[in-house]
Parts: sequence; C-alpha cells; structure tokens
Amino acid sequence: MHESAKTTPSPTLPRPSGLSGFASDWASDQRTFKNVSWGKAMMWIFLLSDTFIFGCFLLAYMTARMSTTVPWPNPSEVFALHIGGQDVPLILIAIMTFVLISSSGTMAMAVNYGYRRDRRKTAALMLLTALFGATFVGMQAFEWTKLISEGVRPWENPWGAPQFGSTFFMITGFHGTHVTIGVIFLLIIARKVWRGDFDTERRGFFTSRKGNYEIVEITGLYWHFVDLVWVFIFAFFYLW
Amino acid sequence: MAQSAAHSAQTAVHAQEHQQHPIKLYLAVWGLLFVLSFFSYLVDYFHVQGYLRWTLILIFMVLKAGLIVAIFMHMAWERLALIYAIILPPVMILVFVALMVSEAHYTLLTRLTFFGAAP
Repeated sequence: MHESAKTTPSPTLPRPSGLSGFASDWASDQRTFKNVSWGKAMMWIFLLSDTFIFGCFLLAYMTARMSTTVPWPNPSEVFALHIGGQDVPLILIAIMTFVLISSSGTMAMAVNYGYRRDRRKTAALMLLTALFGATFVGMQAFEWTKLISEGVRPWENPWGAPQFGSTFFMITGFHGTHVTIGVIFLLIIARKVWRGDFDTERRGFFTSRKGNYEIVEITGLYWHFVDLVWVFIFAFFYLW
Repeated sequence: MAQSAAHSAQTAVHAQEHQQHPIKLYLAVWGLLFVLSFFSYLVDYFHVQGYLRWTLILIFMVLKAGLIVAIFMHMAWERLALIYAIILPPVMILVFVALMVSEAHYTLLTRLTFFGAAP
C-alpha cells in the first residue's frame, strides 16, 4: 500500500438543480437520492411514516372534538398551575416547550461539531440533549400524575367531553414514548462518540460495520422530528 | 502512514459534502424558536379568541415547523428529489382533514337529531 496507483474517477453525469434536477433524479434506472446516504434517506422515510401516525392521531382528536355534543374542557384552565397564589395558564406546557426547543438547539450544535470531528463537544452536547429530553419526560410524568389525581380517565373527566382524556393520553403518551426512545438512542450514540468509535473506525457491536459521524446527524433528524411533533401538539391540543 | 494521510484527505473531502454552517446560525434559529413559542404562549395568556387566535396559532406553528425542518434538519440544503419526497406526502393529510371535517359535521348532526339535547 506504499505506492497506490492514482486513478481518476470517470466524470459523473451533470446534476441539474431545481425542477429539472428533481425530474432527472427521479427519472430512469438510477439512484434517486444522489448525495444522501441510505442511512439518512431511511431515517427520513421512517419520519415520513411517523408523520402519518401522528397526523392520524391529531385527526382523530379533531374529529372527536368537532363531533361531540358536550363542551370540550378548556385546556388553558385544565393545564394551569397554581403558583404564588394565582393560576398561571399553561405554564408547565410552556416550560416543556422551551425545554424541548433547547434540546433541539443543542442537538443541532452536536451535529455541527460531529462533522468537525470534535468528539468531546459532540458527546457533551448529545448528553445535554438527552438530559433536556429526560427533563421533558419527567415533567410530562408530573402532568399525567396531576391530571389523573384530578380524575381524568380515558373514559371520563370532571370538566366536559369524555373523549378529552383518551385523546390526551394517547397523543401525549405516544409523543412521550418517542422522546424516551430518543433519549436512549442519544445515550447509545453519545457513548460511541465519546469512546471515539468514529475516529478509530471501530466496528459496530450489532452490524460489524464501521460507523462515521453521520450517525450523529441521523440521530439529530429523529430528535428534531420529536420536537417538530410537539410543535403541532402544542398548537392543536394545548392552544386551540 | 500513507494510508492515514490518504484517509484524512478522504475524510476532508467527505466533510466538505456536508455543508458546514457557523454555530451562530443555530443559535439564531434557537432564539427565533424561543421568541415564536413565547408569542404563541402569549396568545393563550391574553385570552385572544376566535379567528384571530386560530390564525395566530397556525402562523406561529408553521413558522416554527418550517425553521426546524429547514435549518435544524438541513432540509434547505438538500436536493429537490428528497425535499419533495418528504414534504409533499404529508400535504395529502389535508385531504384527510377535509374528509373528516365533513364526517364530524355529519356525526354531530345525527347526535343532535337522535339523542336530543343541543349543546
């Protein structure tokens, strides 16, 4: 391997941009996503399928809320916290939103440092992201406990339409599960980054393949998606 | 040794394929998301009601979602082939929304007709 012959790759076909690029990428017998690895493309396609899952949940919620003859409980009052002698509307949900957005910010920076091959900063930022995520799940557990102690059940609640409980538990429960899985995913990848797996090209335990820093971006895609879903839940369930 | 040099050259090329953006960009988007979330919280805090409320909520929601997908998820720098593959299918959910709105109206109508008591 001392003297390796220099080879020049054959010139690739021109890649037009814009709409004609879209047409030529999808046309004929070729790889569609030119500059995206299979890992990233598959994560995007998984997220697309997840979009439909959450889309259907929110649709079910919309249908239930629109078709009920009993008034819907006012989320502003239901999710108010009693702080300093007065009810502050939605305050816990607002804090949860800020926590999740902060975790997205640290994740975006982790991806950036990952591509700079700065393994310490990448791992530290991923751990911080996981910490924010765990905080979010903790606050959600607090919220669930509070509502359950107030008598909210999937089949009834003290304030109005009984469907409120079932949609609330289903939507936030599924989202919380996604956050929890994301935290586990983050911890696993952060450990690999910290150990230097992607610098020494250590082979993966399960796949026996060499990883690279792109996995940080793929993890990031999943994490940002969790934040994205929360944006929609916050708007439609808590604010509407 | 030559191998590692070739390797580092290769990784340098590899790194160039992923656009490097300054950290400042992410901090700016982070700040913007904070501001937008704060505004949507204020909508509830000041009890804005009716169409103004729904319009404001939707505007802030779409802006936030757009920022996350475009900047944080790097969609703004992908090729159209991927952008359309991911962004267009969810738009079809809107058709489903239209179907379910009409279905919900029908359910409400039958409930009011056959189970009496108006809301």
